[in-house]
Amino acid sequence: MTAASDAIISLKNVSKHFGPVKAVDDVSFDIMRGEFFSMLGPSGCGKTTLLRMLAGFEVPTTGEIFIDGQPMANVPPNERPTNMVFQNYAIFPHLTVRENIAYGLRKAGLSKDQLRKVVEEALGMIKLPGYGDRMPHQLSGGQRQRVALARALVCRPKVLLLDEPLGALDKKLREEMQIELRALQRSVGITFIFVTHDQEEALTLSDRIAVMFRGQPLQIDNATRLYESPNCREVAEFIGSMNFFDGSLKQLQNGHALVDAGRLGELTAIPGQSGFSANMPVTVAVRPEKVQIQWTRPHQADNILEGTVGPEAYFGDRSHYYVEVPGMDRPVAVAYQNHVRSLDNAESRGRQVWLTWQKDAAVLLPR
Amino acid sequence: MKPRSPVSLLLIYACVFVFVIYAPSLLMVIFSFNDNIYTTFPLKGFTLNWYWQMVNQGQLLESLGHSLKVGVVVAILSTVIALVAAMALTRYRFSGKGPITVTSLIPLVVPYITLGLGLLILVRQVLDWKLSLFSIGAGHVLIATPFSMLVLMSRLEGFDKNLEEASRDLGENGWHTFWRVTLPLAWPGIVASLMLAFITSFDEYLISAFLSGNDTTLPVYIYSQLRFPQRLPATLALGSAILIFSFAFVLTAQMFLRRGVQGGKASAL
Repeated sequence: MTAASDAIISLKNVSKHFGPVKAVDDVSFDIMRGEFFSMLGPSGCGKTTLLRMLAGFEVPTTGEIFIDGQPMANVPPNERPTNMVFQNYAIFPHLTVRENIAYGLRKAGLSKDQLRKVVEEALGMIKLPGYGDRMPHQLSGGQRQRVALARALVCRPKVLLLDEPLGALDKKLREEMQIELRALQRSVGITFIFVTHDQEEALTLSDRIAVMFRGQPLQIDNATRLYESPNCREVAEFIGSMNFFDGSLKQLQNGHALVDAGRLGELTAIPGQSGFSANMPVTVAVRPEKVQIQWTRPHQADNILEGTVGPEAYFGDRSHYYVEVPGMDRPVAVAYQNHVRSLDNAESRGRQVWLTWQKDAAVLLPR
Repeated sequence: MKPRSPVSLLLIYACVFVFVIYAPSLLMVIFSFNDNIYTTFPLKGFTLNWYWQMVNQGQLLESLGHSLKVGVVVAILSTVIALVAAMALTRYRFSGKGPITVTSLIPLVVPYITLGLGLLILVRQVLDWKLSLFSIGAGHVLIATPFSMLVLMSRLEGFDKNLEEASRDLGENGWHTFWRVTLPLAWPGIVASLMLAFITSFDEYLISAFLSGNDTTLPVYIYSQLRFPQRLPATLALGSAILIFSFAFVLTAQMFLRRGVQGGKASAL
């Protein structure tokens, strides 16, 4: 159990209303010192509003925010120990790169030499040495983003806030920057709070992720637990792809749940949380890669479904099969590793197959 | 066969266009050098006499001085008022933004004759001020501010609001943010507003005519002298001098605006 003093940010019943709209709805959680924390969710889920409240650009309608133990009520953005990297970088177009990076240091009262040294170090850290005298319009998007990062970090904030900073970059650059950001965070050691709608990005970078929907964090966990043990259907659907089988809970036995799924028979799943009781309506959730395709009827296996192969999506390293199963209004997605090199484009469409998965491959979700 | 180039047609049109607009002013310049009291063709001869006369005509120069004084003060006042208003309208959320914007632009559509009359009544009957350069100046601020607002609002809209937030985030309070970020970025707009307000005031006849007391502005003085034929050429000389000056002024303003948009992009991207 982590001590409360490890929390660098504490949110207590924070809400933000814009008229009738509840952008952030009674949110309470802590963010630990030194962690890479992401807030993930679709547009409009409140993650950016929450970030702006941490920065001080929005005032909570109710609730309190504590940063490093200090209450932030009535503390304006320029007095908070936070710095923000904006989505569109917000680099000052009328200042050079050097002047941009040094912008926040005016109050620090450094001598000219000290300032120069700090800026040179920063330029080295973001791998743009010698770019000090360039103007922002001479830089590419990725370079501007790094300048924004350096500008925020030289102020030595306790918390760095990043508002979808990689959104405008192309895929390759984005992946490079993700690796650099992670390494940077580890070496600098300060808390990063990262907002994104890209779940792969969040999963790759973060120590913990808060999945947000309609102003509420549905689940706050590390990537593995979010992926393998989502606590509700929204989280399960948002992260990766998922197959859902509705049914009612028959009984819990040895840590496994037996679910009566009507036409589909009896399915087993692992309950990832407590609070389940017999006869509850539940959903069995299985990831596509946990489902195995058998081309002949298996004799003995848990969870057998019979179906016909529908459309196939080819990704090179793997294929997704969409199998029509009678009784299901949506096809079951199966991820299949193409581990055999084959140039044979044999159509599997229309073939009869059997789908199985292991006893503990599925998660039980409330319905 | 080479196709008929459309460029020459456009060039011809441009020349005709410019000519039609500047012909009257050109006539004034021509006659200001003409050795004849009466402004008729044929031209008699070249002379700088009228320019000498202009410099020596005390009252003419005095009214020029008044116009300049009023113009500068009006330029500064209306720019300051418009800047503050434009910043409020483009950067904050509050109700009534629409009505406020529309109301501040009303002087643009009210005929100056009506405005002048109304102001005269207000100044003399309600406020009981003496008519003077102050009253003229006040009237000019009323009509110049909408122009300033249009220029400044468009300038402030054009640049990224995140920039000011970034400045705050990096530790600067409102005042320093204004000096270090808003002002430099709005600067071309401010210069344009100053010049536009000045020209509006300098040029203005109707409201000045209603509101002048003992000290008149230049347009009012010129008009009052039109019935004296021997004074006319000196007035033409002054007009030509002002024309050349205005040209230079407006050109400089254009260069400032251009520089703001291209040289160091107005937005963050």
